[in-house]
Order: sequence, then structure tokens, then C-alpha cells
Amino acid sequence: MTPRIDPPLALLAELTHRCPLRCPYCSNPVELERASSELSEDEWRRVFREAAQLGVLQVHLSGGEPMARRDLASLISAASENGIYTNLITSGVLGGEQEISVFTAAGLKHVQLSFQDVTPDNNDRIAGLAGAHARKTRFAAAVRAAGLPLTLNAVVHRQNLDDLGEMIEMALALGARRLEVAHVQYYAWALTNRAALLPTRAQLDEATRIVEAARARLKGVLAIDYVVPDYHGVRPKSCMNGWGRQFLNVSPSGKALPCHAAERLPGIAFPSVREHSLADIWYRSDAFNRFRGTDWMAEPCRSCERREIDWGGCRCQAFLLAGDAARADPVCALSPDHGIVEAARLEAERAAPAFVYRRYTSPG
Amino acid sequence: MARLVVSEPVVLRLAPHIVFRFDDTRQRWIMMAPERLMLPDEQAVEILKLVDGKASVGAIVDSLAARYSQAPRELIAKDVTAMLQDLADKGCLASDAAH
Repeated sequence: MTPRIDPPLALLAELTHRCPLRCPYCSNPVELERASSELSEDEWRRVFREAAQLGVLQVHLSGGEPMARRDLASLISAASENGIYTNLITSGVLGGEQEISVFTAAGLKHVQLSFQDVTPDNNDRIAGLAGAHARKTRFAAAVRAAGLPLTLNAVVHRQNLDDLGEMIEMALALGARRLEVAHVQYYAWALTNRAALLPTRAQLDEATRIVEAARARLKGVLAIDYVVPDYHGVRPKSCMNGWGRQFLNVSPSGKALPCHAAERLPGIAFPSVREHSLADIWYRSDAFNRFRGTDWMAEPCRSCERREIDWGGCRCQAFLLAGDAARADPVCALSPDHGIVEAARLEAERAAPAFVYRRYTSPG
Repeated sequence: MARLVVSEPVVLRLAPHIVFRFDDTRQRWIMMAPERLMLPDEQAVEILKLVDGKASVGAIVDSLAARYSQAPRELIAKDVTAMLQDLADKGCLASDAAH
């Protein structure tokens, strides 16, 4: 039976891979796309118009660093004019008051600002950019001065998780209403650096305790999004809430992907928005239909009572760890490949190797 | 910043940057907040349409009680307050001052 296909809810628009930061857990692919291949302003305008017609309600403007695009204000207008709710996901190091006031006038609704750690020293070491923390702090103030709601995104891992309590205080001090405690997910650059990033079980349990206490104390003041990282879980995450169910991603050069990491999967031709309409891509492309629903599943997923809850977990993780995107996500304790994840957890208990920083060449 | 506590004298409005509108594609009312999409049910939609920055929570309860005369006002007040408190805790509502 062909599953019913609902219209997508959200579009992640990766406007560029350019970024002044060099975070060793960057979710961009290891082979970064160059500025010369990026979609033009007119091409993005068409993508937003088609997205709205398709039913997309929210656009997340991301990158790389989206503020590296000089036409960002115009792109915000283009999405807003089509009735789309716009969210800027930024590192906050490429601008301030002036840019924010232009974006607000263009219809921007919300800013998600990343921090790499609480202290300038460790923040700037992880980001690979001196002075980043100070610029981020000024940027947060500019967002609040413009009256825009602010979410702080704290990417956490074994080298900063112990500062979580202070991160919560920092979010309050900066006037954020939401804090995303985002555990690193192990794809792309983060997979290269996994042994330096995966937290220990003891670190994780302490972090979970801190979050639960803060949530109770700060109800109605600061919302904290927190999900236990899948490597330490028992069942996989419901990745993207299911392949091709709610979400699509467009890469800087216009490739349409069911999630930002999917490009690595072999044997799938991901369609370009330069050649196809978004409606064709969403409803009719092989790429978006490949893992839709449950028909593609093998055991143990096929007969699992959670098959329509976690949708088999993450296809990219199955490929990256077990070599086959159609297998169960190895983070699931029921997966025959789960030993790979157990080995990674043991690795986390040993000394951390040095970071491999993100850059425009393949790592050695 | 303190928590916004919802009670009958409080006058509520949607927080800035909250969008509450009818979606033609899905043929239903939706509410959009930072990185969050809510699909309010029919009852919640009727309440939210009355949140206008002028009517107090008590006045909203009164108009709903007049519309649905079979339900006791007390019960309506409890449901409306609980629903609005939940939305306030999610940062979707604001209040200028209690009347």
C-alpha cells in the first residue's frame, strides 16, 4: 500500500557553507560546497514561493553562517511575503544591531544563536575563532534590543558538558526564552571527531539531572529543549520524524535532501531545485520516496511495535556505522550492529584525542 | 523575568512573533512560535480567537459560558485557564497589566 504523503511543515535552507567558525562537530558535509556553486537570490526566491505553495509553514535560514550571504535581508523578505515563519540560525559573529534591525523590518520572527561554551577561552577554542564569544554576547543584546525572541543553542559534548549549569545562567542573563541543549550528533565532522566529543555516561547523567532541576525551577521563564544523545539511549531517535514526512532540506547549491546528512548516502540521486519543482521533488522523486513509510524496513524494524514511532531511526547513521542505509539504526539495542555503538561508548571513557577542525579540504 | 500567571482578571494577548492563522493547505487553524508549530483543537481555536489584548480571561469565560449554556461556568473557567496557562508557559502569550 502506498503511504499517504502529507505536505512538508518545514524547510531548512542552507544558504551557504561559508562560515568564519571552524567547529569540529559541524553538521555540514566534510566536502563543503564553494561559494561559486551557491543558489542565486532569484533561485532562493523561487524555492520559497514553491515551498509556501507546497504547504511549508516555517523556514530555518541556516548554513554555514547565513549572514555570510549579503542578500540575506532580501531572502527573509521573500519567505515572509509568502506567509512563511522565518527563523535565523546563526553564530552571531558577522553582524550586530544594524543587520538585526534590517532583518526585523524584513519580517524575521526569531533568532537561534549558537554558543560553543560559557567561558570565552573554551568557546573560542572550540569554535576555532578568537573573539567569537564577545561578538556573540553583543549579538544577543542586539536581538533582544530589537524585540526579537531569542533561543540560545548550546552544542554540548564531553569538552563542555560540565559547564551546563552555567550555560543555563548565561541563557537567562542574555534574555533568552528558550535554550536548546543540543548534544552533538555524530555525522560529518562530528563523526571524524567522535572520540574527542562523545560524553561519558557519568557526564550525561549529571547533565540530565541539571536540566530536570532547571526545568522545574524556570517553568514559564526559560524553556529547555533537551534530548538524551542517541548513542547513550536504548531506542533510536525518530530522525526527521520519518524520512520525507515533514521536512526538507535544500543545500547551498540547490540539492534537495530529506535531511542535511543524507547526501552521503550512495545510490540515491538527490534532485536539484535548479531542475525540478519542489512539488515534484517532495511527492514524486525516488530520493524522497526511498525510505518513506515502513515498506522498506527489514527486521528487527519490520515487526517492531515502534516502527511508526521512531521510523527505524536514522538512515544516515545506519549507513555511516553499518554500511547500509536500509538496516536498523545501530543505536537501537535491538540492532544486530549495536556492538559498534557499544565500542564508541567505551572509547568515550578514554582520553580525548585532539580536534580535527572544519576546513575546505578533506581531513587526512 | 517572572512567570506569567493566568487568572480571571488578567488581560492576555498573543506574544510578539506568535502567528495564529488559518492554513489553506491543511484547512485548519495553526499557531506558529519560534521553532514550534501547534495545531490547536477546535475548542482551543475558539478560545484563542477571543484573546485580543482587551478582554480579560474572565470576560472570555463569560462569552464562552453564554455560547455553551449546557456547561457550568466553573468548568469552562477551569479548562480555559489551564489551556491559557500552558500557552503562557510556552511563551505564546503576554499581558500588559491586570485590570
